[in-house]
Amino acid sequence: MDAARHAVAVSACDQMVIEEPLRLDSGAVLAPITIAYKTYGRLNRDRSNAILICHALTGDQYVLGPHPVTDKPGWWETMVGPGMPLDTERYFIICPNVLGGCMGTTGPAHDDPITGRPYGLTFPVITIRDMVRVQALVVDSLGIGDLFCVIGGSMGGMLVLEWATTLKERVFSAVPIAASVRHSAQNIAFHEVGRQAIMADPDWCGGEYQRTGRRPERGLAVARMAAHITYLSEAALHRKFGRRLQNREQLSFAFADPDFQVESYLRHQGSSFVERFDANSYLYISRAMDYFDLAADHGGTLTAALQGSRARFCVVSFSSDWLFPTAESREIVRALNAIAGNVSFVEIASDKGHDAFLLDEPEFFATITGFLNGAAEHRGLARR
Amino acid sequence: MTQARPALKSGGIRVDLQLIAEMVPPACRVLDIGCGDGTLLEYLWREKQVDGRGIELGQAGVNACVERGLSVIQGDADTDLIDYPDHAFDFAVLSQTLQAVRRPDAVLTQLLRIGHQAIVSFPNLGHWRARLALALHGRSPLTALVGHPWYDSPNIHPCTIRDFVQMCDGLGIRIRRSIAVDGDAKTAPFTGVSRLANLFGVQAVFLLGKD
Repeated sequence: MDAARHAVAVSACDQMVIEEPLRLDSGAVLAPITIAYKTYGRLNRDRSNAILICHALTGDQYVLGPHPVTDKPGWWETMVGPGMPLDTERYFIICPNVLGGCMGTTGPAHDDPITGRPYGLTFPVITIRDMVRVQALVVDSLGIGDLFCVIGGSMGGMLVLEWATTLKERVFSAVPIAASVRHSAQNIAFHEVGRQAIMADPDWCGGEYQRTGRRPERGLAVARMAAHITYLSEAALHRKFGRRLQNREQLSFAFADPDFQVESYLRHQGSSFVERFDANSYLYISRAMDYFDLAADHGGTLTAALQGSRARFCVVSFSSDWLFPTAESREIVRALNAIAGNVSFVEIASDKGHDAFLLDEPEFFATITGFLNGAAEHRGLARR
Repeated sequence: MTQARPALKSGGIRVDLQLIAEMVPPACRVLDIGCGDGTLLEYLWREKQVDGRGIELGQAGVNACVERGLSVIQGDADTDLIDYPDHAFDFAVLSQTLQAVRRPDAVLTQLLRIGHQAIVSFPNLGHWRARLALALHGRSPLTALVGHPWYDSPNIHPCTIRDFVQMCDGLGIRIRRSIAVDGDAKTAPFTGVSRLANLFGVQAVFLLGKD
C-alpha cells in the first residue's frame, strides 16, 4: 500500500487568491480571499471525474498525510487513495481548507489588508453557504463545471447539503455523512461551552492574542476536550478506558495529574489540538455550524430547498452517533422522497459514535465504494 | 423481506420477478417496495435501463443494495410511503411483501397513488397444499405455504387469490393482468376469480391500475 501511495498524483498545497470582493450572508464584503487546497489524482479529459471533499470543523485540506504541522497521517487515509473507496486512480479529488480556517485559507488569523493587522474578531461572521461560495471559486478556477460527487462528514455533510441546494445544478452526486439539515439546540449548546472556554482564557485577550504574542491554549484545549466527548459514545469510551487508572495503582486523592485513563486521553486530545488550530477560527467555524438551517435559508421547508435537485444522494449515518443521530439523516431522506429524489440511505451499525466516519468501518467503505461505482456507471466514467 | 419458495426459471431470476420485469417497459421509473437484496432493481437497471428506487425494511438488505450501486433506502411500507408525491413513478412494485404489511389495503392504495400502475405478487394461501394442511392434517397452512412456523412468521396477512381480487374490487382498483405460478414455476394467465388459479397457483402476480 505504501508503495502505491507514492504513485498518487498529489498537488503541493496550492493556493489561489481571489481579488474580487465576495459578499457574505452577513452583508459584509471580504477581499481579497486566499484559498488553500490540495488535489489528489488526475482530472480526466471530460473534467467529469472531480470529487470535492468537504472537511469537518477541525479538519483541513490534508486528506492524506503527512500533515505539515503535526507530521501525522491525513484525516481520511482510510477513505482516499489508490484502490480505496475514493480511488485516486479513478477520481480527481479536491479538498480546500474552508473559509475561516487556519491552514492557509483566509480566516481570523490572517491580516486585514486595510489595517495590516490580524483580523481577530473584526473578521466577518461567516456561514456554511459562504464556505460553499468560496469552495465553488476553487472548482471554477480548476475549470470544472459540475462535480461528480460532493462528499463530507459532520460539518462537511452540512457543506454537501448546501452544495446540493444552492449549487444543485453543479452536483451529480452528493454524500452527506453523519450530518443534519440544521444544528440542534444540543449541538449549539456544546459549541457555546467551547466558545466560552476560549473566551474565558485570559490569554484570549478579547480575541487580539496575536498582537500580544499569547495564545489561549488552555481555553482552546478545554473546548476540544468537551467537543471530543460528543464525537465518541458511552460504549466506545467504556471499551477504551472503563474506569482504569492512568499510570497508578490507586486513586491519588489530588487534582494535578489525571487519575483515570479517560482524563489523560482527553488532556492529550486538548494539548495536541492547540498545536495545530487557531482559537478564533474555532469560534468562527463553530458559529457557522450553529447558524446552519437549510430549510430556513431556502423558503422554510426542506422540500423547497431541495426541489429541482437531480443529484444522486447517498445519506449515511452511524447507529451510535448522538451528535448527529440517524433521525436527522432520516429527515434528509424524507425530504428527498417528497421530491421523488434519487436517494440511498444507509445506517452503519457502529458503537464508535460520531467519529466513526473517520475510522475503520468496512461496511461504511463498502457502501461508499458501491454508491460511487453506481454513480460512475450512470455518469459514464471509465472503469479503472 | 420474505419470499415464497424460490422457484427459479433456469439460469434467471426468481420467476415472479421475471414476470414483473416483463410487465415493465424499458427506461421507465419504478419504485420497488420491499426490494430485498435488490435483485429485481439490478435486473431492471441492467436489462431495461429502468430508473429504479427501492425501499427495504431490513438494514442488511439496504446496505447490500447500495453496495450494488442501487438507490435504496431503509423504510417501512406501512409508514413511509406517505412521503412520496403522487404519480412520481410509472410503476410501484410490491413483490412478496403484501402478506407482511400491517394494512395491505392501505399499502395498495398508496402504491396506486405513487405509481401510475402497481405490480403485486404474493404467495397464494388458497393453494391446494395449504388447504390440505388444514383440512387433512389440522396444521396451519402458513407453515406449508411459506416455510415459517405460524408463531414466528413475518407474513401476518396471507391471503388467497380470491381474497385479493375481492379487496381490489372493494378499493376500486382495476386488475389489468393476473398470472398464476404453479409449483413447477409454470405460469398461467387468468381472469377474474379463477378457481383453478386459486387452487394450483403457489403465487400470483397482478398488474393493477386505477380507472
